[in-house]
Amino acid sequence: MSKFLVRRILLGLLTLFLVSVVVFAATQALPGNAAIAILGRNATPARVAALTRQLHLNESALSQYTHWLGNILHGNLGISAATQQAVTKYIGGRLANSAFLVLVSALVAVPLSIALGVFMAVRRDKPTDHVLSVGTLGLAAVPEFVIGIALILLLATNASHVLPAVSLIPPGEHAWNVPKVVILPAATLILAVTPYISRIMRASMVEVLESDYVTMARLKGLPNRTVIWRHAVPNAIVPAIQVSALQLAWMAGGVVMVEFVFSYPGIGTALIDAVGNRDIPVVQALALIIAAVYVVVNLGADVITVLVTPRLRTAAR
Amino acid sequence: MSTSAVTSEALAATAPPEMRQRQWRVLARATMSQWRSRIGLVIVVVMVLIAIFGPLLAPHPPTAFVSAPNSPAGQNGLLFGSDGIGRDVWSRFLYGGRTVLGMAVASTIIGVGLGLIIGLAAAYFKGWIDEVLMRISDVFMAFPQIVLALLLVAAFGPSVPLIILIVGISHAPRVARVIRGAAVQITERDFVKAAEAVGEPRRRIIFGELLPNVTSPLLVECGLRLTFSIGLIAGLNFIGAGLQPPIADWGVMISENRLAVTVQPWGVVLPVLAIALLTIGTNLLTDGFARAAIGLDRGE
Repeated sequence: MSKFLVRRILLGLLTLFLVSVVVFAATQALPGNAAIAILGRNATPARVAALTRQLHLNESALSQYTHWLGNILHGNLGISAATQQAVTKYIGGRLANSAFLVLVSALVAVPLSIALGVFMAVRRDKPTDHVLSVGTLGLAAVPEFVIGIALILLLATNASHVLPAVSLIPPGEHAWNVPKVVILPAATLILAVTPYISRIMRASMVEVLESDYVTMARLKGLPNRTVIWRHAVPNAIVPAIQVSALQLAWMAGGVVMVEFVFSYPGIGTALIDAVGNRDIPVVQALALIIAAVYVVVNLGADVITVLVTPRLRTAAR
Repeated sequence: MSTSAVTSEALAATAPPEMRQRQWRVLARATMSQWRSRIGLVIVVVMVLIAIFGPLLAPHPPTAFVSAPNSPAGQNGLLFGSDGIGRDVWSRFLYGGRTVLGMAVASTIIGVGLGLIIGLAAAYFKGWIDEVLMRISDVFMAFPQIVLALLLVAAFGPSVPLIILIVGISHAPRVARVIRGAAVQITERDFVKAAEAVGEPRRRIIFGELLPNVTSPLLVECGLRLTFSIGLIAGLNFIGAGLQPPIADWGVMISENRLAVTVQPWGVVLPVLAIALLTIGTNLLTDGFARAAIGLDRGE
């Protein structure tokens, strides 16, 4: 078990290292002068020269990379080209806002999808199951920004103006102090991940409901509620937990579009703004952070899978 | 679609052509016997027809100023009114599907093609080639697709060929994994060993023996990646990383009109509905096919 963990973590670290190479290669090792790319064409020669020195652009690509990585490992993510702020300061609060959004969405989406999956499985092959099955399958395909805009059309325009279409948060304020603005972006993320989790839960639950011990429990005359929630669900929940972890990883990228739709002040909006401004240091930092979260959560999902699957647990020893 | 790995067994390479043709017909019938596939097919056909032939039906050129800005639906003979600078919403909608669909299909072909080659190569050669290809795949899969796309757009600026290429490349490792999984078992089968024994060239073994046995998972991947491509590309056009105004494109239309949504909702409603329906349709059809392929394998 520990051997598997160590191997998996080392592989994760290797992947992270290679991710940093890709981010660096894509943004800084460009043909042409990266200082001009960062500062823009109208930059004064003095500023270009200063940035060239700061980023070690006159040195080899390898030495540029080691300087860059060294700075990042020391928590120095550079200076934003657009705002002239330290990148860490610029994205710190936004990172917290995004984390809050993902957390709220996950806390609602996971129990909701599991309940929905159980409901579909219990109603198997009845009209409600068919409608929900096709409905979730369709919803799974719709891009998250389209879901977000549909929610705005339904809930935040003249049709029924119940929620704000734009997630305005006063500067210096955190998202959790303005809960109203979190509702629509969170609802979008919830609608985006619920189909995946509930469909897996349904499939797993259908299988468990056909098993002998469920029949046995029913023959013993236990009430339906007890059979489902005490006997079936605990045995069917493992695949749903795995897929929930994968969906959590997906949300690291999913927040990008969703935040942009609602102008929610998180890392997603920051990333799209930075791409628009060609603010390379911010893009580098955010791409690294999102990829790191994605890798770590995926690793967590793998570890959970092994921990909850006895067959794999012994095989991994 | 982890289940799709099994489907490859359905169509054995050893089967003569007539038999394989019959199996395809059975598969098509099994796909179309499900309601989800029928609904999906109808939606896809309608949306694709709108995307391709829409421009022929458009009453106005997509960039012509035909009315006062934001005139309501029905005014001046405009079915859905005009947008923020007085262009016909209905005409722009009819023109806007070609770009999304064309870019999505192109990136799907690139992504699935690349993934197929990588997956088959990894499965056939095994050893260090497999290891290296899969590790590189892991690195590209460590970025959510949208982040990988934005990273390269930040470096090279918004560009249509770049978007098509990046979306394709971001699909490739995901496709490669599925194809590799399906093909690995095939490489152990007798007919592959036989082909090796008689000294068939490797290229012929990979494309002549392995490829025909991974067609079902390959088709499932095509459908799945097309669905994701449509979403990603519409999204990239929506945030301004791809096509630029004044081009009529569903993603661009949403971003142009979304601030005026209270006065002129149709400029957003039509493209949003279109993108949603197109992705729902492709996904329902893909799922119907995947189920049919798995059902065949189980001998149901």
